[in-house]
This record gives sequence, C-alpha cells and structure tokens, in this order.
Amino acid sequence: MCEPPQVLADRPDGTVVRSGAIVAKAHAADTDREALAARIALAAAPQLAGILLPPLTAPEPAVPTARPVSLWPLGAPVDPTDPGAAPWAEAADLLARLHRTEPPFPLPPMRGPAKAARAVARMRAALRGDAITPPRDPAAEPGDVIALPRDPAVEPGDAIALPRDPAVLSVLAGWRSLPAWARGEAPAPAPGADALCHGDLHLGQLVRHPAPDGPWLLIDMDDAGVGDPAWDLGRPAAWYAAGLLAPEDWSIFLDAYRAAGGPAVPADGDPWPALDVPARALTVQTAAVALAKCATEQRDPDDHEQLMIESCARIATLPPELATGPAS
Amino acid sequence: MMQCPKCHAQMNTYNRNGVQIEQCNGCRGIFLDYGELESLTRLESQWAQQAPPAPPAPQQAYPPAPPAAHAPAWGAPQHGGHYGHRRQKGFGRMLFSS
Repeated sequence: MCEPPQVLADRPDGTVVRSGAIVAKAHAADTDREALAARIALAAAPQLAGILLPPLTAPEPAVPTARPVSLWPLGAPVDPTDPGAAPWAEAADLLARLHRTEPPFPLPPMRGPAKAARAVARMRAALRGDAITPPRDPAAEPGDVIALPRDPAVEPGDAIALPRDPAVLSVLAGWRSLPAWARGEAPAPAPGADALCHGDLHLGQLVRHPAPDGPWLLIDMDDAGVGDPAWDLGRPAAWYAAGLLAPEDWSIFLDAYRAAGGPAVPADGDPWPALDVPARALTVQTAAVALAKCATEQRDPDDHEQLMIESCARIATLPPELATGPAS
Repeated sequence: MMQCPKCHAQMNTYNRNGVQIEQCNGCRGIFLDYGELESLTRLESQWAQQAPPAPPAPQQAYPPAPPAAHAPAWGAPQHGGHYGHRRQKGFGRMLFSS
C-alpha cells in the first residue's frame, strides 16, 4: 500500500522527501523562520493561485524541529530527458503574472543576490578545502583582495590556492564587476525593484499540478520576495548569453514574458539593459557553483560548466563602458 | 592572452570551422594569423561548391550570421553559429539546479 519515502533532494539548503502524493521539505537550519513563514503564506495566498503551487497545511510539530518543515502536494517535474518539452513559454508566463501581482502583504527581499554571494563564498571555501557549508555572512569575507593581494587580511589558503586558476580569477573578477546590490550588499535600486519575485528560477522550479497533466506552477518559495523582477529572467538570459540555451528557446521565453505583460523588460526593443546585471550575476553564480563542485569532486568542468566559465572570462575582460550601471 | 591592437582589450581565441581566430572582447574585432584568411576563403569556396544553385538568401555561406535577437556585449562570440544540434547542447543538469 504505502511506498517507502523517497529522498528527492538532499542539500545543505534543503532536504526534500516524497511520501506518496505529499512532499515534505526540511529547510536549512539557519532559515529565518519568520521570513519563511511569509514566503510560504505567499504561495497559499489566493492572489497567487494558478501561479505558485500552494502548500498543504502542516500540523504544528509537538516539539520544535531543528529545521523548519513545510508540506506540499506532489507535482510532475520537467522531464530532463526531453528538451523539446521544456515549458519555456509557460515558465515565462508564470513569471510575468507573478511579477505583475501586487504583494498581498509585506514580504522580505527576494534572495537572489544573497544566493549569488553565497555561491561565491562556497567556491572560495571549496577551493581552500574548507567545509562546504558556506559562512553565515558571505559578504563579510575578505575575498575580494584575492586577485590583488594588497590586504594583510588575505587568508593564507587564498593566496596559494585561488590565483592559480584563471577560471577562478574570472569568476572573482566578474563578481567584482557587479554593482553592490547584485552582490547582496545593498538594497536593489528603486524604482521597479519592488515586484514579487521567485528568486531562484530554473527548470527544476516548475511542476505540473495535479500530476501528470495539470497546469504548470512555480515551486520553492525559499528565495521569493520583493525585488528586481529581471533577476528571475537572469538565469535563462545567462544560459542564452553563454550559448547554452538555443536562441529559439530564448525567444520563446522572452516573447511569452512580454506577451503576458511582464514588467522586467521593456515591451519591445533591446531587453539587455534591464537583463545585463542579473544575467552577469547569475553567470558568476553558476560558474562559482560549478567550480566549487569541481574542487569538491576533484574533476574538471564539464562542457556546460565550461561555457559558463568562459562567459565569466568575457565579463571579466569587459571594458567598463560596456558594462551597464556603476560597478560599485 | 593577446591584446587588441585597436582598443587594447583582451582577445580570446575561438575556433571557427577548424580555424583559430582571436576576437576582441571589447570591440569584437577579429585577428587572423598568417594563412588563416586563406583557410577561411578555402572553406568558403568549398561551401559554395556544395551549396545548391538555389537563391542565395536567407542561407548565407560565411560567416554564420548571428540571429536578429539582441545579446549582451559579453555573449558567446559564436551566437547563432554553434546550435547545429537544436535544443540538445543546452539541456543538462545545470538547467535544473541553483
């Protein structure tokens, strides 16, 4: 009758277990519980019906748990073996509708930039051979001195392990080229940075519910909040810029977003002035995660990871006048 | 790494149809080594011989024309040129993870 529970994902930032038609997520131990409660309430809000997968009502645990837990109905994910079936248009439509929805109650900031900072911190830690767990406050790391070791605060491991690898230097240089807000070190600049955002869009964040033929919905609210909606387009934009995402698929995505009245980019013309900073940040984030994995697993980057690293190298050598906005 | 003689930005090496070329990250100018232009011309004439005597447009012999879509200044230099396997290259684990 009852199949044994199945672990769908087990990472430091969340463990996801399926039991029958219910999915339980144990969030990271250091999660801001109040912020998480607001994010989960957002997924339950009637204004977001048809956009976000609503949670199941979780019973209050009898004893406080070390990690907060949320319950969700099971959905059918994107088939990773069928590129033609990837719901680019549906994803863009959902994002446009999310971005157009007025926040129904006060919400914390979208965590995209914080997540990018965490990825860079994770790369540094992995290359130093530290524990993989990122430090609590990645922005406070003295890592920016690595390429220019003028600061006595540079850690001994940094000086030895980091500068040797041009890929790592590219990622760090790309990171430095970003404005402070995109590194999670300052609030996103107004105006327009107060939209509801998902904060961590990728193809693993879409499910059909009810499975297997229901409409596509966005899942995983852990990084959702208010911010610059262009961030949610940043990852597909970064994939496209790197040559990972075919121009046809990028066009389908962008056109669907515009058709649904998405506010992150102008209705026509060049979308890149709006997308440039988020796409660069997500390029750096993706390459940093890839290099962290390569260091931990003691392997070379695969073809896709290599494309993102090459993108970082181009970003790193970009003349300042071509970069949009101040580089802080 | 080479420096662009025109704008002094760094140049990256790319492989086009088996010919190594250097492209500037800043002004996108291209530098060809000795013999590389001849190699490209040869490739072009080979392509032209293979091509059917159909109307020339919209297919172009060389270079692979970039799509009309916008791309950032730091975008992959071969945009539009290396998608021979449509919707294959771009599908992998990376598109499914943070």
